[in-house]
Order: sequence, then structure tokens, then C-alpha cells
Amino acid sequence: MYEFEFETPATVAEAVAALAEEEAQALGGGQTLIPTLKQRLAMPSKLVSLAGIAEMKGVSIADGVLTIGGGATHADVAAEACPPLAALAAGIGDPAVRNRGTIGGSLANNDPAADYPAAMLALKSTIVTDRREIAGDDFFQGLFETALDEGEIITGVRCDIPEAAHYQKFDQPASRFALVGVFVAKYADGVRVGVTGASEEGAFRWREAEAALSASFAPDALEGLSLDAGSMMGDLHGSKDYRAHLVAVMTKRAVAAIS
Amino acid sequence: MAKVSMTVNGKAASGDVEGRTLLSSFLREELGLTGTHVGCDTSQCGACVVHVDGKAVKACTMLALEAEGTEVATIEGQAGADGSLNTIQQAFQDHHGLQCGFCTPGMVMSAAALLKDNPQPSEQEVRAYLEGNLCRCTGYHNIVKAIMAASGQDVSGIAAE
Repeated sequence: MYEFEFETPATVAEAVAALAEEEAQALGGGQTLIPTLKQRLAMPSKLVSLAGIAEMKGVSIADGVLTIGGGATHADVAAEACPPLAALAAGIGDPAVRNRGTIGGSLANNDPAADYPAAMLALKSTIVTDRREIAGDDFFQGLFETALDEGEIITGVRCDIPEAAHYQKFDQPASRFALVGVFVAKYADGVRVGVTGASEEGAFRWREAEAALSASFAPDALEGLSLDAGSMMGDLHGSKDYRAHLVAVMTKRAVAAIS
Repeated sequence: MAKVSMTVNGKAASGDVEGRTLLSSFLREELGLTGTHVGCDTSQCGACVVHVDGKAVKACTMLALEAEGTEVATIEGQAGADGSLNTIQQAFQDHHGLQCGFCTPGMVMSAAALLKDNPQPSEQEVRAYLEGNLCRCTGYHNIVKAIMAASGQDVSGIAAE
């Protein structure tokens, strides 16, 4: 690692002030950033740890809305969120990683194979930052790209709790990231399908599947639907065609798990 | 350099560290607690698992300054003051849960974290909990058996494979 200063602000306001410095970077749980720093792929002058900010902790459910602090760990989400999202969080990495990694850090990183983006797209989420609220649909903007500005901190997320939901993940067993992950959420006004791990554009909503499932919520409703393999990621873990195929299979399994 | 203070195995510990000093480096190089092993240094292998405020973490993927004010438990604090092995360590010995022993500190610390939250885990739960702890010798079977035995469960029906 290159040298950097380290700061532990106690409030969001202090953290924002600390991040105003050029080349300063926020540190969530560090489960991606610290390995990145070790490889000297990043060279911040200062790391601003968000771990000491009490107002960014906690998971709560009230009036059909799930609210999660940006500093909540995956273990916190696994223990306290609504069951489908809790199950997703319980499948991230391994127990030691889940005790450190945070939902805010994961969303800000927007790894194309991370689990949370699929859920945030399906769960009508709002990403809350130190300065504004961003609809989940507008937040993810491609591989490792988000709507966040420099120095902007995810202080929390809100999700509308669905009638039923399920996250179906096909693990990449070495990394435990999703080779493909599909989050299906059923609401009174329709079905939403968030997909991660598959597209070269990052997490996306599979609109054709949403329309079909909103008309008829059953695995059979997806018969004949397919995705354009050309826009899928292809690598040694899975070809473009294979990923396109997996999205359809995972979606069917998620629907079957609910219905 | 910045001063960092924490409690390690019940004793106050402090030192001067850089921002980039890892908790694993602080434990091993500043405090001389070399039982916390660094196998891969890429958060994969889990040989460096310690407890921070009671939770299992990978000490190679946490900065020493992030542990300011916390209570850290390492493998050195697991045995009794007279050197007697704790229940988990004894079960690893009894059931041949190690060969070269390199992964063992992390295995024991993960096992301790699991059994604290789930005193009677199923075999499947033990295997799932060890996803972040790699062993290249044993094939895991006897590690799982040792942890099941340490939880007080009958392991006579678990055949050696």
C-alpha cells in the first residue's frame, strides 16, 4: 500500500468536510478497498473511515419501508432486514467479510457481480446520501460507476417491502460473487426483476420478464423470453451465451421459490 | 505515525502505526503475536481470523487504526494461563483437525465465533461458516468433525472420509 493519512470522523458532516480534500477517499468496511490498496490500484492521500458515524448504523422496518444505514454491515442486514434481503446479505462473501463490509460501501463500489444492486433495483429503493436522495433506478450507471459525486457519502438506503421476493444466486464458487444473481420482487402494482453479474452495463432490470410476470406470476410466464447475449459479460467463468441462459434460469427459480 | 490503543487478549496494547499498517501486521510485528497467520494477504484464506469486539474478522483486511478502542482476541488468548487447550483446540487435537497447522489459528477463531452464536451447529452450518477459511491439507472433514465435537455433539456417526 502507498502511504495515506487516516481519519475517523464521528458525524456525516465531519466526514464530508474531510472528504473535500483532494485525493481523499471514504472507507466503509474496507473489504474491497483494502485489497485494492494492497495491489496499489488506488493511491488516496487520506482515508476517511465511516465506521465511527453512529447516525449511519442500524436497520429498521416501519410502515412497509425498510431503512438501512449506509454503515450497516452485511451481517447487520442478514440479521435484521426483511427475509429476502437478509438471505441475500447472508450469502455475501464469508462470515468474516460480512462482519466488516457495509451496504453503503458495496453500493458505492458497484461491482458488476455484487449482490446488492440486483436487490436495490427490484425493491424500489432510494439511495440516501449526505446531500440528496437518488432513485435506485438512476443510481447504477455501469461497471463500478454510480450517480455519486466526488466525496458524496451513502448515508442509507430505503426500500419498499414487497408482498414477496426471492434472490436466486448462481455462485462463482472461488470468489463467492454472483456469476449471475436475480432478485424478483412482487408488489401489488407489478413485479420487478433486478439482475446482477450478467451484463456488460452492470446491474439492470429485465423489463420483459417484469411485464410477463406482472401479467402472470408463474415460472411458465417466462417461457420463450430470452436476453440478448451480445450485451452480456463473457469471461473464463462463463460465456456470454451461458450468462444470458443463466439469467432466465435464475429468474424462473426465483419465481418458483415464491409461487 | 499515529498512536493506536486496543485491548488484546484482555491486556492493554498500544503502539505507533502508519495509516496503512494492517491489524495483522500490528499484532505480529508490534506485539509479537505471530499466532495470527498471514496466508494469502488477499482476504481469501482466513488464516488471519481474529475477533474484534467479539466478531470474526480477517486481520489482514482491517487497518490497525480501525481497531482503535476495540477488544481484540487472537489465538494466543484461547488456551488457559497454564497452557491447557480450550475445548475447541482440544477437539482439533483429538480429531486430527490439522496437519501442517498453518490454517489452524484462523480455523479455531472462526469456530469459536460460530459456536458463540450457534452452540449446536449442524454439519452443513459448520461447513458454510468455514467458507472463508481455507485448508490445503485436511480436506476439511476432520476440522468439521472437531468443531462438531467441540459443540458437544456426538461425532461417532461421522465417518472419516
